[in-house]
Amino acid sequence: MGAGVRGAGGAVERMIDVKHLTKAYGSFVAVKDVSFRAERGQILGFLGPNGAGKTTTMRIITGFMPATAGTVEIDGLDIFENSLEARRRIGYLPENPPLYLDMRVEAYLRFVAKLRGVKRGEIEAALDHALKTTGLTDMAHRICGQLSKGYRQRVGLAQALIHDPPVMVLDEPTIGLDPRQIHEIRDLIRGLAGGRTIVLSTHILPEVSQICDKVVIINDGRVALEEMVKDIPEGTSLEEVFLHAIAREGHAEGVSAEEALEEVGAGHSA
Amino acid sequence: MRNTFTIAGKELTGYFVQPVAYVVLTVFILLGGWFFFAMLRQFDEMVQLVQMMGRPETLSQMNLNTRVIDPLLHDLSIVLVIVMPALTMRVFAEEKRAGTYELLLTAPVRTGEIVAGKFLAAAAFTLVMVALAWIFPLILMVFGNPELGVMFAGYLGLFLLALSFVSVGLFTSSLTQNQIIAAISSFGILILLFVISWPAEAGGGVVWALLKYLSLPEHFSTMTRGVIDTSDVVFFLSVVATALFLTQRSVESARWR
Repeated sequence: MGAGVRGAGGAVERMIDVKHLTKAYGSFVAVKDVSFRAERGQILGFLGPNGAGKTTTMRIITGFMPATAGTVEIDGLDIFENSLEARRRIGYLPENPPLYLDMRVEAYLRFVAKLRGVKRGEIEAALDHALKTTGLTDMAHRICGQLSKGYRQRVGLAQALIHDPPVMVLDEPTIGLDPRQIHEIRDLIRGLAGGRTIVLSTHILPEVSQICDKVVIINDGRVALEEMVKDIPEGTSLEEVFLHAIAREGHAEGVSAEEALEEVGAGHSA
Repeated sequence: MRNTFTIAGKELTGYFVQPVAYVVLTVFILLGGWFFFAMLRQFDEMVQLVQMMGRPETLSQMNLNTRVIDPLLHDLSIVLVIVMPALTMRVFAEEKRAGTYELLLTAPVRTGEIVAGKFLAAAAFTLVMVALAWIFPLILMVFGNPELGVMFAGYLGLFLLALSFVSVGLFTSSLTQNQIIAAISSFGILILLFVISWPAEAGGGVVWALLKYLSLPEHFSTMTRGVIDTSDVVFFLSVVATALFLTQRSVESARWR
């Protein structure tokens, strides 16, 4: 594997460790032997065509559903065995922001804060911080159901970060937004990083090269590529890497960008 | 425990910002009022009739508890069979449809705490409903003197009955993301528990005893007559416990599949 255990900087702390994950729905196998990892402070871009198994993988990582086989460790805690402790460390934004549409933004965020175990005395500060970070301070009294799609997405991000989790899992955070909103959400995510580990799924490729440290491409339930963004050679677009990675078949293990590109190059010269 | 109250608090607020709960409450009280009116009219006519016939000993046997409150409580129990499924149908189904189920199940909260919280909130709302229905005994107490103890037992029975409806409703809601399916199945189960002893009345033996034991009105009637028997209270609480246990398993099963 190309990526190995190189940290974003200095000491390596493995915050997300996905090992040989398989998920079958009846006879349909959505995820096949997926393994990857992310270290503290990394933003990992999780790429793949629609139906590749991104959402399923994220649902397993967050403990929403169990894997058929394989394990997930969050900060060294098994999401299944040590579920409550592991879940405490995760902020999760599902594909559709999980809002109670009849609640006001602040009441909703207070509820999530309590649910995620923020201490009584710290709730107001956490609420304040989440509202500020996501630019929702002026919207705090609005009812969630009356917010536009972009603002709902922000409330979704606010609920994911309100308990200041070391790990955030964001399922297509920019989908369905207009270009200006996409830009804002991206800035926001970049601002969230710091000491946090963020897994973010998308099928917008420039998004990955702009904000991610590492990219994992998944295709047809398998990891097709795991690579640090900085290790992708200058002058090659992620699009080429992506298209090539998903064109390869029958690879259970990820390939490195160099390998993938060698073949892209070969293809061009032929 | 804190998680349970967090969820219960949010749910209870939810009841009061949604029209469904108000509709349920209004239908319950309005229909109750109509039944109460009908029962009082009948009672009044009967009293006049007996007086005309000049039989004071029959008159002294006529009693507001058995002639008004007892049948009223039975009518209210039927209204509850119809409206309670509407109250509980959204509890889990709506969370699944809206995607907030993912928020609940990925939060560091046990499924038992989720179920308990949702039940507590529904129970509190039910308590409000049953408490409001005390308007009828209060009116009687102004104009007559019904026995307070008997009425208390009857209303306790109504509350316990409503709690078992709530828990069955939570269970069916946890099985689906479609509110209509949740409501209809809970309605079906409740009706079945109302009529379950019907075929048994012709037969006998153990089966008869069992079906009779499972029948909700059987236990409810004892209480509306003013008798608080521990075995009836235990029966209702067991229905609640069983349904909530099944609900917890059903929610938890999302983690097995």
